[in-house]
Amino acid sequence: MARINTTLNRRAFLKASALAGGGLMLGFNWAGCAPSEPPVKGMPDTWADINAYLKIGNNGLVTIMSPNPEIGQNVKTSMPMIVAEELDVDWKDVIVEQAPLDTHKFTRQLAGGSQSIRQGWRGLRLAGATARRMLLEAAAQRWQVPVEELTTKAGVIRHEPSGRTLGYGDVAADAAGIPVPEDVALKDPRDFTIIGTTRKNVDGPAIVTGKPLFGLDTQREGMLIAMIEHPPAFGMTIKSLDAEAAKAMPGIHDVFTIDAAPDGFDRQWSDVNAFPHLVVVVGRSTWEVLQAKRALKVEWEVASPLESSADHTAGLARLLREGRVEPARRDGNPEAAFRRAATVIERTYSAPFLAHNTLEPMNFFADVKPDRAELLGPIQTPEFLRRSVASVLGLPEDRISIQMTRMGGGFGRRLYGNFGVEAALISQKVQAPVKLVYTREDDMTQGTYRPAYQVTYRAALDDRGRLIAFHVRGAGVHGGPVFADRFPAGAVEHYLAEDLSLESNVSTGAWRAPRSNFIAGAEQMFLDEVAEAAGKDPIDFRLELFERAMNDPVGEAHDYDAERYAGVLRLVREKSGWDTPRPGVHRGVSAYYCHNSYVAQVVDVVVEANRPRVQKVWCAVDCGIVVNPGAARNQVEGGIVDGIGHAMYSTLSFVDGVPEQKNFDRYRLIRHAEAPKEIETFFVDNGIDPTGLGEPSLPPVIGALANALARATGQRLYDQPFITSLQGFALEGTTG
Amino acid sequence: MATYTLTVNGKQHQVEVAPDTPVLWVLREHLNLVGTKYGCGIAQCGACTIHLDGVAVRSCTLPVSAVGRRAITTIEGLSETGDHPVQQAWLEHDVPQCGYCQAGQIMTAVALLQSNPDPSDEDIESVMNGNICRCGTYLRIRAAIKTAAQRMR
Repeated sequence: MARINTTLNRRAFLKASALAGGGLMLGFNWAGCAPSEPPVKGMPDTWADINAYLKIGNNGLVTIMSPNPEIGQNVKTSMPMIVAEELDVDWKDVIVEQAPLDTHKFTRQLAGGSQSIRQGWRGLRLAGATARRMLLEAAAQRWQVPVEELTTKAGVIRHEPSGRTLGYGDVAADAAGIPVPEDVALKDPRDFTIIGTTRKNVDGPAIVTGKPLFGLDTQREGMLIAMIEHPPAFGMTIKSLDAEAAKAMPGIHDVFTIDAAPDGFDRQWSDVNAFPHLVVVVGRSTWEVLQAKRALKVEWEVASPLESSADHTAGLARLLREGRVEPARRDGNPEAAFRRAATVIERTYSAPFLAHNTLEPMNFFADVKPDRAELLGPIQTPEFLRRSVASVLGLPEDRISIQMTRMGGGFGRRLYGNFGVEAALISQKVQAPVKLVYTREDDMTQGTYRPAYQVTYRAALDDRGRLIAFHVRGAGVHGGPVFADRFPAGAVEHYLAEDLSLESNVSTGAWRAPRSNFIAGAEQMFLDEVAEAAGKDPIDFRLELFERAMNDPVGEAHDYDAERYAGVLRLVREKSGWDTPRPGVHRGVSAYYCHNSYVAQVVDVVVEANRPRVQKVWCAVDCGIVVNPGAARNQVEGGIVDGIGHAMYSTLSFVDGVPEQKNFDRYRLIRHAEAPKEIETFFVDNGIDPTGLGEPSLPPVIGALANALARATGQRLYDQPFITSLQGFALEGTTG
Repeated sequence: MATYTLTVNGKQHQVEVAPDTPVLWVLREHLNLVGTKYGCGIAQCGACTIHLDGVAVRSCTLPVSAVGRRAITTIEGLSETGDHPVQQAWLEHDVPQCGYCQAGQIMTAVALLQSNPDPSDEDIESVMNGNICRCGTYLRIRAAIKTAAQRMR
């Protein structure tokens, strides 16, 4: 067993009470603090705080804090599992609480980049291992025996020579007084009993019985409801407001405007907001406020050019054609290689803007007093929200508390906390607790959208069908989609990557697997055509490139491990029976690396009555150690359905700055009948520390789907959503 | 404003609201039953699904004045202790990701099984098609409905 120094996370392991001074300890803790299920042991009489992550009851019940925001990626179950593993406690004796934002005790309380488990891994293990060591030392002192003679199993300490035992609850109060050890031993992964086993969602029982869990469920004494009205078009702002009719309506408290980015506002990366000037309606109930919102008389004025989707499409195409940019990466002499190529293949791909459309619309609760503020709600970036709220309210950060509710979806939208800032400003103005609620239309028409993208690929083959040069040139709104050092960088002798950006007044941001959610599909569709032109099997073709990256890599560095990349491709080839074609089944393959994980997929399409349908998706994943296999499969399945759905059906388009889709009647999301019939997921078992899983299964499936559809229909698809580019086939329910 | 007497989960409640107030908001803000969710407000996503005399309806577009004497059942009233076979099947298959749509999915599924105890894949797809799951748990929902159907027969 390796001994790990605890200095890194030492602050988190000191007794919570020692750190309580200075910060705010505000009440109001129903959010996630009640156990979902009554614990088997019953509630204890007393709790001993061992460290920031856990406390132990005198009956042995353990409360583990889940530090990170829960958006449906299941960290509220998986992160405490890691603590429980090293603590060596029976999972049925664990209850989980959502921790509030506390930057003294926790690091990186953020849901983004599929990084919660990867970056939390060591700290969570140390939290459990340190507590276990303190319990052992407390038992050793009580028995007056050397600590080395003690072992633990499932919450029981045993003195091997005498056979005596003590439960964790028996020594928890003593353990709380033991100095934090300088270093501790971590378990050998082969000895894990919780990590690597499926544990069900700790909030499952509360979800299926409709308990209050989400921000929108917040109710407080004296709380008012607030709604906003933002300009109807990107590029517009408020000219004048006639609030009289709305103010006179029943249940309405006030109508006014706010500026969520006033002069001197300390804008951060998370403050993406096209509409800081807003009309606000405040009243006693959501329905009454909604009626008043509809009665508002607002004049809008144009502040910057009103853009349409045709402008974005033309602008990106112009950039690809004539935009000047320094290469993001250049290996060898690509221009010369293209000149001497036997075959050059060039293809251009595109995808539209997308909205996040979390099913729970944006909302936040705020109660702002002259000297402090309490906020509660769905936020992926509570630390950044606190900083923005502090700046806009003029309060020190330590006078602001933020609690996270379970989120009805994130997908990146809740990285950008404008709604939290707005709730705080509204509460400050009306001097009352306020819950800000966006309608679906408010939510869909003011997003931090997935940008529209275009990319042109060129490949040069020599006369033996070998890939000698590769050129990727991408463009996107507020930033291009190209990852210059990702595959096939390092695998091709002559390589050129260029990335261009189109400015716009439409706000964009991270959307599940940012940039990868477009570029992976495009790249994997292109490689399929290149393999075809080279006369090679698409898996063999990719494996040859990985061989080159492994044995004789081109250039200074690349982002991926070619061996692990090839590993998932080989695994999906074997599991899907790729080399044994089945009549009537048209198959497409893809592989991609993002968020530190490797995914390869095979999509099987059958055509019935002129209708292509996804029969099965085979998925191989290398994300290192899988903490919670059942939940991990759920994430993979969700990413696949999400990827297929958006590539097939979804688009957000603009006419003169106005989003044409405002609700689910026109914005098409994948539904039950369109989901694949079957998804089977295989994890590589390699004992490597865990990497991301919330995002990596989404990007490649778009390529595998298009490649399968190409074989099924004879049509290569270059423009998303595919439903508008596939000709001559029945498309309703295509993937169902 | 008018006064309405509603039967919700077997209990009678009096509420004083405008006649056009959707049942969704009466449940959530007047009766504190927040299990029924707001997702779109135009009967497109199914997050607000309740039962009216056992029939699945979208509460976001159902005015309180249209309920009359019909009995409302919400996710909170589906079973006394949260152990309706459909709820149990949902837990067994560990269906939820974010969980926001699941109350509506469950209410639609229960109504489906009441009218069709042995649904085919196509029956499930066609009835459940009005309920969006943004996280993409459709395969698990289908599997859970089949498990529940087996148990309930």
